[in-house]
Amino acid sequence: MGKAPTPKLPGLVKGLGVTLKTMMRTTFPARGIKTLIPAPSKGAVTVQYPHEKETPPNRSRGVIALKEDNCTVCMLCARSCPDWCIYIEGHKDTAPPRRPGGKPRTVSKLDRFDIDYALCMYCGICVEVCPFDALFWSPEYEYSELRLADLLHDKDRLGEWMQAVPDFEPYESGSEQKVRKVPR
Amino acid sequence: MSGPSGLSGLAGQMTGVELAWWAQTSLRSIGVIVAVLIPAGTLVYVFLFKMMSFMQSRLGPMEAGPWGSLQLLAEVGKFIQKEDIIPWRADKKLFALAPYVVIATVFLIYLVVPFGPDAYFVDFDTGIFWVLAVSSISVIGILIAGWASANKYSLLGGLRAAGQLIAYELPMVLAVVGVVIQAGTLNMKGIVEAQHEGTMWLPFVGDWGGLGNPFIITQCIGFLIFLIAMQAELTQTPFDMPVAESELVSGYMTEYSGLRFLLFFIGEFASAGAFAAVAATLFLGGWSLPGLDMNADYMNVVGPIVVLAKMMIVAFLVFWVRFTYPRFREDQLQQLAWKILIPLSLVNILATMALKVAF
Repeated sequence: MGKAPTPKLPGLVKGLGVTLKTMMRTTFPARGIKTLIPAPSKGAVTVQYPHEKETPPNRSRGVIALKEDNCTVCMLCARSCPDWCIYIEGHKDTAPPRRPGGKPRTVSKLDRFDIDYALCMYCGICVEVCPFDALFWSPEYEYSELRLADLLHDKDRLGEWMQAVPDFEPYESGSEQKVRKVPR
Repeated sequence: MSGPSGLSGLAGQMTGVELAWWAQTSLRSIGVIVAVLIPAGTLVYVFLFKMMSFMQSRLGPMEAGPWGSLQLLAEVGKFIQKEDIIPWRADKKLFALAPYVVIATVFLIYLVVPFGPDAYFVDFDTGIFWVLAVSSISVIGILIAGWASANKYSLLGGLRAAGQLIAYELPMVLAVVGVVIQAGTLNMKGIVEAQHEGTMWLPFVGDWGGLGNPFIITQCIGFLIFLIAMQAELTQTPFDMPVAESELVSGYMTEYSGLRFLLFFIGEFASAGAFAAVAATLFLGGWSLPGLDMNADYMNVVGPIVVLAKMMIVAFLVFWVRFTYPRFREDQLQQLAWKILIPLSLVNILATMALKVAF
């Protein structure tokens, strides 16, 4: 192994320079004549959260949204959930025939679909595993609660999150696959 | 001392009344409390809240008051509301006593720092000796805190603090000795006067008294050693083994909560202010400014501001280093003190002696 080259500046001095430079860049971010006016709120890379908000990226895993009409109570999501935070109950029901004169159809009706966000670890397996396009990631993130029990979102609450679900991004050019549509 | 002098004498002159002894004493007490709390609060806000944030490209506290300037009051209010927890197995009396021992040393240091020709609390002949002596008492407070908490992290933190503070007491004392030799006095006012009235030797100019002779120039090695030792005495970051939060939770402060934790916190930053004031007095010329008559009456008003400004300069260096460097290992820390700083300061003393005799 060769000897590492000796740095031009001792690391201790260089470190002091880094912190000082960051401080100056934060305090005096402007260039030109305005350099002398301190404006840390412009120089800082952080955002003052409750007052100003960053838009989360398109694929953010904020909260899981439920399209209730698409759910067939197949329980795949509940079974694949690693910490069992999805609660599903359903019953068999009859729906009117599709075409006039047809037989009434048998369908599964969703009675309860709860996700306990106090338990959820945002792995997204339920979204991946759903074969009927009923679960989606939504970038909403402001749903903290004062009581732990309120983090249990029922199917109506999960349905509300559907509004914020963004459209799927187009695949890269040349891809054979069709882009999935978010059911609205 | 005969008759009132210093701050109480000054107040007597201003009001034209000979103050009673109790009035002088209470005036001094209030003065010391103000002198401790104002710099401590300023240091916490300017450096801990703002400068540290800017060095990390963020804004720091912004909600309480304009630019978060009232954040500290909010914190104090929060700490006072908190439950005062004393561990079951702890030595309750000692546990309660420890923060007061630590914070008392800070008050005792401020006692002898002169802020102006009459704006001082006590004028000891051996002022700097007093500073070095009482600043060691805080070690006892920290050891008490570590022992009385009945917690192994606390005890380890306390022991580390003891080992570190004793090790760095020596280079600090030896660095001060250089200043004392050059000033020829142990009195804090005398040291300020020696710097104000001294002359500086400049190339091409020769002896030049225009700037006085702040000892930072002739005692630059001493100043450097003093700063490093001060950093260690304050247990600020490169030397924060006693509170090393990733190893010892928070060292001797682990079991403290509420008001007692607040006292430790104030003690930490107030002693940073106190040592910065001492460094400003010893090396930067105290309350004197070149070009101003250091014994004029107006210096009683200008002086404290000058001392505060010089203090902020020293504190900036301390906190700049604090926010930049990671922590030393325990053996590296001891090596730095015993193998580098102490021999260096001894050489510094010898050189100062030789030059003092030669000129």
